[in-house]
Amino acid sequence: MSKKTIAINFDTGWDLNPAPESTSHIQLNEQYQLFIGGKWVKPESGKYFATINPATEEKIAMVAEANEKDVDKAVKAARKAYNDVWSKMPAAERGKYIYRIARLMQEKARELAVIETMDGGKPIRESRDIDIPLAAAHFFYYAGWADKLNYAFPNRHPQSLGVAGQITPWNFPLLMAAWKIAPALATGNTVVLKPAETTPLTALKLAEIIQESGLPDGVVNIVTGAGATGAAVVNHKDVDKIAFTGSTGVGKIIQNAVAGTNKKVTLELGGKAANIIFEDAALDQAVEGIINGIYFNQGHVCCAGSRLFVQESVYDTVLRKLKDRMESLVVGNPLDKNTDVGAINSKEQLATIHNYLKIGKQEGGEMYQSNCSTPKKGYWCKPTLFTNLSQSNRIVQEEIFGPVLAVQTFRTVSEVIEKANNTPFGLSAGVWTDKGSKLFNLTAQMRAGIIWGNTYNKFDPTSPFGGYKESGFGREGGLHGLKPYLKF
Amino acid sequence: MPIASPAVDQVGILDRVERITKRSIKNESKVQGLKMALNMIDLTTLEGADTEKKVIQLCNKAQHLHDAYPGLPTVAAVCVYPNFVSVAKTNLKGSNIKVAAVATAFPAGQSSREVKLLDTKMAVDAGADEIDMVISRGKFHSGEYAFVFDEIAAIKEACGNARLKVILETGELGTFDKVRKASDIAMAAGADFIKTSTGKISPAATLPVTLVMLEAIKDHYYNTGVQVGMKPAGGISNAKLALQYLLLVKETLGADWLNNNWFRFGASSLANDLLMQLVKQDTGLYQSKDYFSKD
Repeated sequence: MSKKTIAINFDTGWDLNPAPESTSHIQLNEQYQLFIGGKWVKPESGKYFATINPATEEKIAMVAEANEKDVDKAVKAARKAYNDVWSKMPAAERGKYIYRIARLMQEKARELAVIETMDGGKPIRESRDIDIPLAAAHFFYYAGWADKLNYAFPNRHPQSLGVAGQITPWNFPLLMAAWKIAPALATGNTVVLKPAETTPLTALKLAEIIQESGLPDGVVNIVTGAGATGAAVVNHKDVDKIAFTGSTGVGKIIQNAVAGTNKKVTLELGGKAANIIFEDAALDQAVEGIINGIYFNQGHVCCAGSRLFVQESVYDTVLRKLKDRMESLVVGNPLDKNTDVGAINSKEQLATIHNYLKIGKQEGGEMYQSNCSTPKKGYWCKPTLFTNLSQSNRIVQEEIFGPVLAVQTFRTVSEVIEKANNTPFGLSAGVWTDKGSKLFNLTAQMRAGIIWGNTYNKFDPTSPFGGYKESGFGREGGLHGLKPYLKF
Repeated sequence: MPIASPAVDQVGILDRVERITKRSIKNESKVQGLKMALNMIDLTTLEGADTEKKVIQLCNKAQHLHDAYPGLPTVAAVCVYPNFVSVAKTNLKGSNIKVAAVATAFPAGQSSREVKLLDTKMAVDAGADEIDMVISRGKFHSGEYAFVFDEIAAIKEACGNARLKVILETGELGTFDKVRKASDIAMAAGADFIKTSTGKISPAATLPVTLVMLEAIKDHYYNTGVQVGMKPAGGISNAKLALQYLLLVKETLGADWLNNNWFRFGASSLANDLLMQLVKQDTGLYQSKDYFSKD
């Protein structure tokens, strides 16, 4: 009798036909100007840059590059709007505008989702079901706070700051714009927003929505460009508050730049979250959570569960389940409704990820990738995991910002707490156990801003988000998210 | 004899099922799925009012699903009460369609071991290819797991060459953890299939409960090398839902389970909806329900 190998065969011969979301309903310009003082303004720089679809490497549109003069115009427009209109408006009126923006986002949700996916490479399933609805939900949530600030902070007499300079990343372009703009407006501030240079389109569509909403001119200004534009926003003398989401490297530069000024700052930076699985966890659901934790948005998530800690007694089982589950992940055209993992956001980011794969292998890590095929054009990285690692490996320590999971084992609760906290970062963590007492013991000892129990990557506007240590400071979302935009 | 089963997390199960229900199944993949689903049906009649003539009509339907559409598969089996096995056998002669009989004091299972064994023997002697038994849910809830295990093992022995499907009646078990435990007991006791429901209790089969059972089957396979089949039954009456079940199998257990040896639908009205969708894929139009025979 021949010995049969025990393995699940995922080659079923029943493959799903392509089911691409239609792009016929979207409206995009060939060229975008800067949105300053409620109008579309040509850049003083005279320069434009291309924004690329990372799944096809094709140009989608040309976008204006703002220089210092442009940023100055934007800040002046924001200051004028603050002094003349926005700071004097009754809070309930402010709320009405924010509600209106939220409703318009919902009405245009489909278009926004398709553009988000084209510009950034994320699966349409995510932009449709997570990014856009959540962005609208943030506007709805903060609209409600606009006229209730005195109840949010009783007897503390909350007051707006003035002009907020905001810089958003390329991983959740519209959602991050919503996280920044909604609380700023609700608290009575005006805004100069600089979206990421690889994904500016949904912020520019948001500018169109803002125009349509009738928000007074200059309350929200959007200046596109790369690092230099961001620096101009940070360094502008008349900006009262800086809110930044992005890499820890840039966060440190910003922190240096604002030292000695009166600018208030919040920084939401990188992460290297520990996702911890105990032997008593619901293993199949934990594996599902690991998959969502690291392969959600191609791993371009600051709170991605990129360090997996598995209790040794269930290591083989968890790894087997993980590899099996990776086989049913659909990788490819982000516009396809069945796609689970889309395109890497940019050529540069793909190079960064590939470099880390090389480092991981050089350090003796064992690399495993799912057996999927990837399209010829575009930027792709198969879902990847590394085993045979320890805390001293670079791919365990550094944020990769890609679909790369670093797997380690542990034996005891105290060991895993020590290892999980042994990182310069402290943004998020996940704990998987069927035992409630163990869960609460761990969450109390973990130095991370967000901790999920038996789930991962769940977001809600009512819940504050932010980090410890090199993951930044200040909170966005919830009641806490109002504070950084207020003085008392 | 407490068997340690892994924990099941309800939130995680529902999340995973939601991902499956968002998959889009179009064009050729839809046609392929619809035909696969037809071929997996246990066409069922389990009523007090069942008569020989009713069973004969059902057997005809099983063999002639929709002759106007060439190249259709037949259903997998016809499922009846034990006293109709011989009628079904006679009327399915020459086809590959199996005869399945519910046994063991179906649907409540509230009877003695002797009666249940006799019930099974009667069906097997009449020529049943498959036996669908019910577990003693009362004993299971009382924590008498050894009783439940022994009963399944005894029925399995009485089945001889007939394949045994073990109905957990998940609608009466209450939690996913209990579904998982009952699945593990049934497989350890020798079940060839585990099945969700009798169809007499609501809720019957659901996608989440099926996922819990598929994961149990997968673990059992890895632990023992033994393949066990799955049969959701009751409440699956439309094509879209049936395709979602198949996707769940595809992404959990893969190719080896995507055939009627290892996956079945217990259903009475599903076939016609699958047929209507198949014809629609061909013609672009939905036909009236009256163009599909009802038996």
